[in-house]
Amino acid sequence: MNTVWKRKDLVGIKDLTADEIRLILDTAKSFQEISLRPVKKVPTLRGRTVANLFFEPSTRTRISFELAEKRLSADTISFTGSTSSTVKGETLKDTVRNIESLKVDMIVMRHSASGAPHRLAEELPVSVINAGDGINEHPTQALLDMFTVQEKKGRLAGIKVAFIGDILHSRVARSNIWGLTKLGAKVVVCGPKTLLPPKVESLGVEATTDLAKAIRDADVINLLRIQTERQSECYFPSIREYATSYQINREVLKHAKPDVLIMHPGPVNRGIELSSDVMDGPYSVILDQVTNGLAVRMAVLYLLSGARKKSETK
Amino acid sequence: MMINLLIKQIHIIDPKNKVDGVFDLLIKNGLIAELKKEIKSSTAETLDGKGLHLFPGLIDMHVHFREPGFEQKETIVSGAKAALKGGFVAAVTMPNTNPPCDHQSVIDNIIRKSNEVPFYIFPAGTLTKEREGKELSEMADLKRAGAWAVTDDGNWVSDPLLMRRAMEYASMLGLLVISHAEDKRLTSTGVMNEGIMSTRLGLKGTPNASEAIAVSRDILLTELTGAPLHLTHISTREAVELVRDAKKKKLPVTADVTPHHFSLTEEVLEHYDTNFKMMPPLRTAEDLKSILEGLKDGTIDAIATDHAPHTDEEKMEEFMDAPVGVTGVETALGVALTQLYHEKVLNLSELVMKMSTRPAEILKLPNGFGEIKVGTEANLTLVDLNQEWVVKEEEFISKSKNSCFIGSKLKGKAVGTISRGKLWQKQF
Amino acid sequence: MNQIINAEEMNRAITRISHEILEKNKGADRIVLIGIRTGGAILAKRFQSQIHSIEGKEILLGLLDITLYRDDLTEIGPQPNVGETKIDFNVDGKKVILVDDVLFTGRTIRCALDALIDFGRPESIQLAVLVDRGHRELPIKPDYVGKNIPTSKNEKVIVKFKEQDGEDGVSVVPKG
Repeated sequence: MNTVWKRKDLVGIKDLTADEIRLILDTAKSFQEISLRPVKKVPTLRGRTVANLFFEPSTRTRISFELAEKRLSADTISFTGSTSSTVKGETLKDTVRNIESLKVDMIVMRHSASGAPHRLAEELPVSVINAGDGINEHPTQALLDMFTVQEKKGRLAGIKVAFIGDILHSRVARSNIWGLTKLGAKVVVCGPKTLLPPKVESLGVEATTDLAKAIRDADVINLLRIQTERQSECYFPSIREYATSYQINREVLKHAKPDVLIMHPGPVNRGIELSSDVMDGPYSVILDQVTNGLAVRMAVLYLLSGARKKSETK
Repeated sequence: MMINLLIKQIHIIDPKNKVDGVFDLLIKNGLIAELKKEIKSSTAETLDGKGLHLFPGLIDMHVHFREPGFEQKETIVSGAKAALKGGFVAAVTMPNTNPPCDHQSVIDNIIRKSNEVPFYIFPAGTLTKEREGKELSEMADLKRAGAWAVTDDGNWVSDPLLMRRAMEYASMLGLLVISHAEDKRLTSTGVMNEGIMSTRLGLKGTPNASEAIAVSRDILLTELTGAPLHLTHISTREAVELVRDAKKKKLPVTADVTPHHFSLTEEVLEHYDTNFKMMPPLRTAEDLKSILEGLKDGTIDAIATDHAPHTDEEKMEEFMDAPVGVTGVETALGVALTQLYHEKVLNLSELVMKMSTRPAEILKLPNGFGEIKVGTEANLTLVDLNQEWVVKEEEFISKSKNSCFIGSKLKGKAVGTISRGKLWQKQF
Repeated sequence: MNQIINAEEMNRAITRISHEILEKNKGADRIVLIGIRTGGAILAKRFQSQIHSIEGKEILLGLLDITLYRDDLTEIGPQPNVGETKIDFNVDGKKVILVDDVLFTGRTIRCALDALIDFGRPESIQLAVLVDRGHRELPIKPDYVGKNIPTSKNEKVIVKFKEQDGEDGVSVVPKG
């Protein structure tokens, strides 16, 4: 692997090259076994400080990052709080600059506004890792999803991945679409018409409202969470009806390949996106995703920690 | 101090009076005294107009000078000064002030303030009380206080019955109805154009239909009521087509477009820069093409900036939260000359029509506006068509710096403005 | 290209070291081999098969990538590639033979020691290297050496293995 990681930040998969994505996935492989050791720690980021700024609530992503940081021996601080600058009275830039003044090396940020990390990454010298910005991207989730598929299926090129659900509001889907298409996978997005982004085909995917069509020949089915608010926002009449058309259950899986993988970024609404028996069944790799998330995040933290030196020598 | 000025050998463009040639122009006591091939005067100060052009003073039909209520963004005086720098002599101020211009006292205050600067303000009052779209505002009072037009600007009156009544009432008073045609229910939480870019950026968008539906309804109400309608800042192919059809039917419908809508498309939003966030949003290349065609064939009558100052802190907010709008008075002429004249979309006479003649006609401004007529007050714009300049944030004299043209290389600039008979600036 | 050790000499050294390991440890009981990076890993495998042919016993073999333990990660950059670490057995109470191809400053071995401690508590850790080129910067001493080759700091030692380079041999070349 000749690719070398040079970026200061990871704000999205959209701007990464295929080689950079492969570098992250390859690096993640080497980090997997650390979590199996008796002493689950390496000294790589010893003395580095990582600030986790979660302006939007998240338990699983935040814990995953915190653990990844600790396993690399970094010092971590976590800040959770309200999102809107106007509510807080302090602009996002000022909040981050304050944290930066504590001499942190990296910031992992989740925010409800699409594009929030981009301006920060451009304007501030600290490394920014996007843990989710609005409905735009969630790069580490997509990376761990791709890692999981690659691990189970041996490759990504030519693999058919179907995303089912609220594509419009899904940063997980978006990041995955960027990554998978760059690595040669075939992506289908499926959901009610109201929840498909406008002109989504321009991203290089196939779009359909027909669940059976989407999952036919799918190697991977990645389910997106349906939020109850969408019903009051009139994207569909009721959750119940949504489930009758788009739920993945044993009946519907008859259309899919026998060795299909079921994935979900979590948390799962049992009985809505996914029936309980499928969730607990052999197709599901949802828990592997969580485990892989740790290795992928460690790889990302490792690769980006090199960038700080570059910015110091600037 | 009213000026006495002899401008020698300047190229005058006055389409209303079919003037397009090099002349001398004499201003005496702030009035245009003579316009001849050659004038000799011993008393007046002389200004060498060689290589420069003279237009009837530019008129901006859509600005936000934020006073009263939002003086941190702009005031009437700072806005007027910025407009003068841009070559404008007059502007229609929008009523979304705080308190809104739905009461005569607010209009009266604006007019008094405007007398502090040699600039003309023709304020717009609101269509409905507090711009809420529920009850008519007291438009007769507003007119008596000095309002020239009525609009709820960003709050399109969605109730067609109320809009009908408002149009009938306003037209009876001779007040021009200006409509920011956008059905906000369809816009919903959209912050940019709905399409490929909004999907790429993970932002919600507003479809062309939200403008088209509103334009269509307003035009039909004009047809019903006969009230003149001016559609401001149209941005879509659909709106241009609807206005073209309305004009074919000889309905009293006019339209304006902003400089950003005839220069930029949605791709510039790639980096989430809030200086490109406005409503209506920047649209696609197809829409821009229609706008240019509309300017060429007269479907679009005027260019108006929708000058919308916002403070740095506000524009620093995340994209979806930042307020919409960009400034425009200081860059409008430069952008128009660069994108329309130098790109051969419009010739100079056509450009002057859009920025002076037609606005004066549409607004039914008093004698002398929109043309260069002997005997009227001097309201003139001196222009260097070929001066190359770069738009620099630090050079703005508006209180706010939220321009979408920062860093742009432009060709053509206002180098002097004579307003209310006074020479405001001279940059040559 | 100055070849210091040819293929024959290399193999003799490997055989000798394998015997020495067994002699010093009085047999193959509780011995495990852990090879560092690519060179040490290949070498460790050769020791493993040599010991197998001598004693008839299959010694456990592990592979260690020390990149994450380097003390110079804060200096050079971007981050070097991380290779695979594979130690599938318990090191507690074992006699670990660390294997590397070239011993130079000793920093790599220091990293390996840190890593091994995270894996458990070996009974002892011994060091086997093919080449000791001198210039130690830390107090590290090998237990088994194939050949001592004095070098200057602006020389490079290149070790080639049949398994990855097509031939066996050790050469010394000037840097740059």
